[in-house]
Amino acid sequence: MQERLKELQTEALEKISQASDLKELNDIRVSYLGKKGPITEVLKGMGKLSAEDRPKMGALANEVRDAIAAGIEEKQKHLEEAAVQEKLALEKIDITLPGRPVKTGNLHPLTRIVEEIEDLFIGMGYTVAEGPEVEKDYYNFEALNLPKDHPARDMQDSFYITDEILLRTQTSPVQARTMEKHKGKGPVKIICPGKVFRRDNDDATHSHQFMQIEGLVVDENIRMSDLKGTLEVFAKKLFGEDREIRLRPSFFPFTEPSVEVDVSCFKCSGKGCNICKKTGWIEILGAGMVHPNVLEMSGFDSKKYTGFAFGMGVERIAMLKYGIDDIRHFYTNDMRFLKQFSIQE
Amino acid sequence: MFVSYKWLQDYVDLSGITPAELAEKITKSGIEVEGVEVLNEGIRGVVVGHVLEREQHPNADKLNKCLVDIGEGEPVQIICGASNVDKDQKVAVATVGAVLPGNFKIKKAKLRGEESNGMICSLQELGIESKLVAKEFSEGIYVFHQDAEVGTDAIELLHRDDQVLELGLTPNRSDCLSLLGVAYEVAAILGREVKLPETDYAKSNENASDYIRVDVEATEDSPLYIAKIIKNVKIKPSPLWMQGRLMASGIRPHNNVVDITNYILLEYGQPLHAFDYGRLGSKQILVRRAKDGEIIQTLDEAKRELTSEHLLITNGQEPVALAGVMGGLDSEVQSDTKTVLLESAYFKGATVRKASKDHNLRSEASARFEKGVDPNRVRAAAERAAHLLAKYAEGEVLAGSVEANTLKVEPAVVSVTLEKINRVLGLELEMKEVEDIFARLQFETNIDNNTIIVTVPTRRGDITIEEDLIEEVARLFGYDNLKSTLPIGSATPGHLTAYQNKRRIVRRFLEGAGLNQAITYSLTSGLKATQFALENREPIRLAMPMSEDHSTLRLSIVPQLLNVLKYNAARQNDSLAVYEIGDVFFSQGSDNLPEEREHLAGALTGLWQSQPWQGEKKIVDFFVVKGILEGLFAKLGLEKAIEFRQTGKEGMHPGRTAEIYLSGSSIGFVGQTHPTVEKEYDLKETYVFELSLKAILEAEVEPLHYQSIPRYPSITRDIALVIDKDKAAGELESIIIDAGGALLKEVHVFDLYEGERMEAGKKSIAFSLKYFDPERTLTDEEVVKAHDKVLHAVKEKAGAVLRG
Repeated sequence: MQERLKELQTEALEKISQASDLKELNDIRVSYLGKKGPITEVLKGMGKLSAEDRPKMGALANEVRDAIAAGIEEKQKHLEEAAVQEKLALEKIDITLPGRPVKTGNLHPLTRIVEEIEDLFIGMGYTVAEGPEVEKDYYNFEALNLPKDHPARDMQDSFYITDEILLRTQTSPVQARTMEKHKGKGPVKIICPGKVFRRDNDDATHSHQFMQIEGLVVDENIRMSDLKGTLEVFAKKLFGEDREIRLRPSFFPFTEPSVEVDVSCFKCSGKGCNICKKTGWIEILGAGMVHPNVLEMSGFDSKKYTGFAFGMGVERIAMLKYGIDDIRHFYTNDMRFLKQFSIQE
Repeated sequence: MFVSYKWLQDYVDLSGITPAELAEKITKSGIEVEGVEVLNEGIRGVVVGHVLEREQHPNADKLNKCLVDIGEGEPVQIICGASNVDKDQKVAVATVGAVLPGNFKIKKAKLRGEESNGMICSLQELGIESKLVAKEFSEGIYVFHQDAEVGTDAIELLHRDDQVLELGLTPNRSDCLSLLGVAYEVAAILGREVKLPETDYAKSNENASDYIRVDVEATEDSPLYIAKIIKNVKIKPSPLWMQGRLMASGIRPHNNVVDITNYILLEYGQPLHAFDYGRLGSKQILVRRAKDGEIIQTLDEAKRELTSEHLLITNGQEPVALAGVMGGLDSEVQSDTKTVLLESAYFKGATVRKASKDHNLRSEASARFEKGVDPNRVRAAAERAAHLLAKYAEGEVLAGSVEANTLKVEPAVVSVTLEKINRVLGLELEMKEVEDIFARLQFETNIDNNTIIVTVPTRRGDITIEEDLIEEVARLFGYDNLKSTLPIGSATPGHLTAYQNKRRIVRRFLEGAGLNQAITYSLTSGLKATQFALENREPIRLAMPMSEDHSTLRLSIVPQLLNVLKYNAARQNDSLAVYEIGDVFFSQGSDNLPEEREHLAGALTGLWQSQPWQGEKKIVDFFVVKGILEGLFAKLGLEKAIEFRQTGKEGMHPGRTAEIYLSGSSIGFVGQTHPTVEKEYDLKETYVFELSLKAILEAEVEPLHYQSIPRYPSITRDIALVIDKDKAAGELESIIIDAGGALLKEVHVFDLYEGERMEAGKKSIAFSLKYFDPERTLTDEEVVKAHDKVLHAVKEKAGAVLRG
């Protein structure tokens, strides 16, 4: 009986090792370990054994049974693993095929610049002020120290609708409107982006519609050095940490003193190239100390308050920053143009 | 303003400063020098030659064979094509080896078999613009006067060995529309003196007042009028140095008298006019407003009809000049003129501007009057002109001037405290430094404690308030010397408004959804302005549009976006999705500003999704666009307040357009454009939407409040309902929601079948209904009860039956 059990074990393990799939293995399990299997058969004959041998034989039978069960289990594991491997091998894909595209659109480059500038100034305590594109002559000119017969009105020929209403030629009327709302009480710290309009024929460098962004700070003790410092922060943020600025005297009716502001060329770092026309400097904006007439007209006491203002053309900034050669691209909305501004630098 | 470097040296010592350095200094302290032109750049080897012989070229009708003495070696043979070349002329010869502008090298050549050793030049060939060349030489070579010495440098003789600074003047600095004005500026920058020009001349025994009387009727327009009489003038070309300076300044030489008036205009900034006294027709000058309909024939031979807004110089009867703008033809100085009446006047800027604008006559003279000439230079300019006429036209200047003067000239006195200067600029200057700056400007100053009182010369009419003085200090002290600080004082929180913030979120959402932002023009054609408008209103037109295409303010953004699609589709890009956020304009009557409303519009066409190697393709359809909008509304918390209603709209597909309602008010539309519109824009199936951004961003939204996460399971029931084909799913959904009661939490369509297996005129819509109670687990009976109600309601109200 003992031999018979050993024989069964050897025979079973042999079959297990040759089993090639899970079904075959299961048949082996049923035939050896099942209720009608040979081991059970052998154990049935235990009654004939002595009381002394019976427990020994019982232990042996359990050993054999366990050995077969363990063998089956191990084999099953192998077979399962092999099955998985086989399945995975079949599932192999060509990972060089293109992915399923996530279709996203992107921001217009002008909006991109405007938001960047807005965020920079919001960080310095400014709010964003907006106003109408169709404006009263009063806010567009008169409140900005440009009375009706002022020669500087020639500088910006305008689109009038009636004698008193026109398409704004600058975003400065928003400054006048905001100051008026403050009723003579500072501080005012605003940044004003928006569309403006001038009588220009559209060509590579002119557009009858373009975008401006202006800033205004009015408070007690605002100094011209504050303007210089603020614009330095701006230029470094927008054009790079190494940039420097230069103020040149200029003229605007709404500021006095007035300056034009150059930034050191970001292409050649001041050595001179075709972008800066060999000067090392690029003009980027106009600025100055708010003219006392402008303060007074908007209800501020010019003895007590001073302020600075600055303004720039957004297209110009974008053209300089990205090397765009034709202002009309901004309004043609050619996808081959717009799509280039999707990358976050 | 063009400033000759050599001419400027007449008034300021420029030793040790090159033109380029001067340009840099001027730019840094206030006036932008836009360029420095080297007049003789790229010119070499041009000398004065003497044409000894001229004969016709044997083989060419239009060529001349000349023998020219060039002052060196034997005379040379030169072939010349100019028709005005002749024997005995002194001409400019580019000798063999010479270089002309454009790197044009002169070599020995053979022209039709004849040897040519150089070239006889026109002024144009020497780099002078045609419009600056005196008329007699404009069609041929230039001819020097006889005493020009053979062999000398022709360029030097023409005074072209000079450099010209081009000043970009801002409107406030019209004082620099004169060499003297620039001299004062440069003297202040360099800390040097100004030398004034000579104005003396021989005294005559006769008095000007015996020849002319001057009456001014329009004293407001012409508060100062000065007339001088110069007898026995000889009309001839002006000296070459004067011609050279005029050309360098952009003015064409004519004859000595005209050139002298132009020279003074440039030197003093004071426009003068010379009349032929003999052709005046009277012994009187009367300055008055024109009569309506009065006519003057000006120097350019145009007959101009005038109005009472124009100022005239008359001989008492007839007009002889349009004041400050242009002289009359009849009294023009000509080659036989003997006696000149010289006018130097102060005309009011606005009056001159009116005339120059109405007659489209912008001249150097009118530009200066318009900006205001220096009242203290009117007389000096006349004296200086008299000096030059005596010297270069051999004229006899009659004693005295005849004047009509009601002009009150008082220099502005402006004061500012040292403290204010330092406070505004953020500096710590001493009074001495400030005084020194004004001394350099030649402004008279008085100090009273900490206040500096400045008497501003009349040439600087731009300085009227203390801020103007502060600017003078700042620019001459130098902005480079200013510190960089940031504003101190009360802190202000920087932020976007809720509206601005939401607008950015709308942009981010739409970009995430695959739409590209476009920016188009607010001005469009009258025709397109009202297309697709949300409201039927009168469009707003510009008073004077530049073109019909940009004549009218848009009432809708959609036509502009369709143009964007059209543009791109025509360039092999026909899968497009764009949006724009911008204002549209609704008139509120011509006395009021229009209502400007911020709108959001979009346009989509072509493929929406495409994955070619997987064989997947999806074309943009109504539900793609509606889905984007629904997503946007959900993002803004407006999902429940929004409703889409089938509508008809001009330009839109009648069966595929919805009007969008927010809390019951119409705010926009979405749908497919009408095939005729698609044809007009050369587009395939295209979908558009436009809605009031203002409405959706300003709508009240429930504050965000946490809802506890359900702890009990929900029960889902799906039903397929058969209904009439024209019944709307939305209607059915409303019935279901109404009937479902409090337990029904979600309903959505998950299938639509309209195929062959349906009875004619019917369709099947399948809904998924989710029942759930946050407080407890629902029993089957409860759900069955609620669900039965739903089935009953859809049958009763919409005739829908469960699909078998």
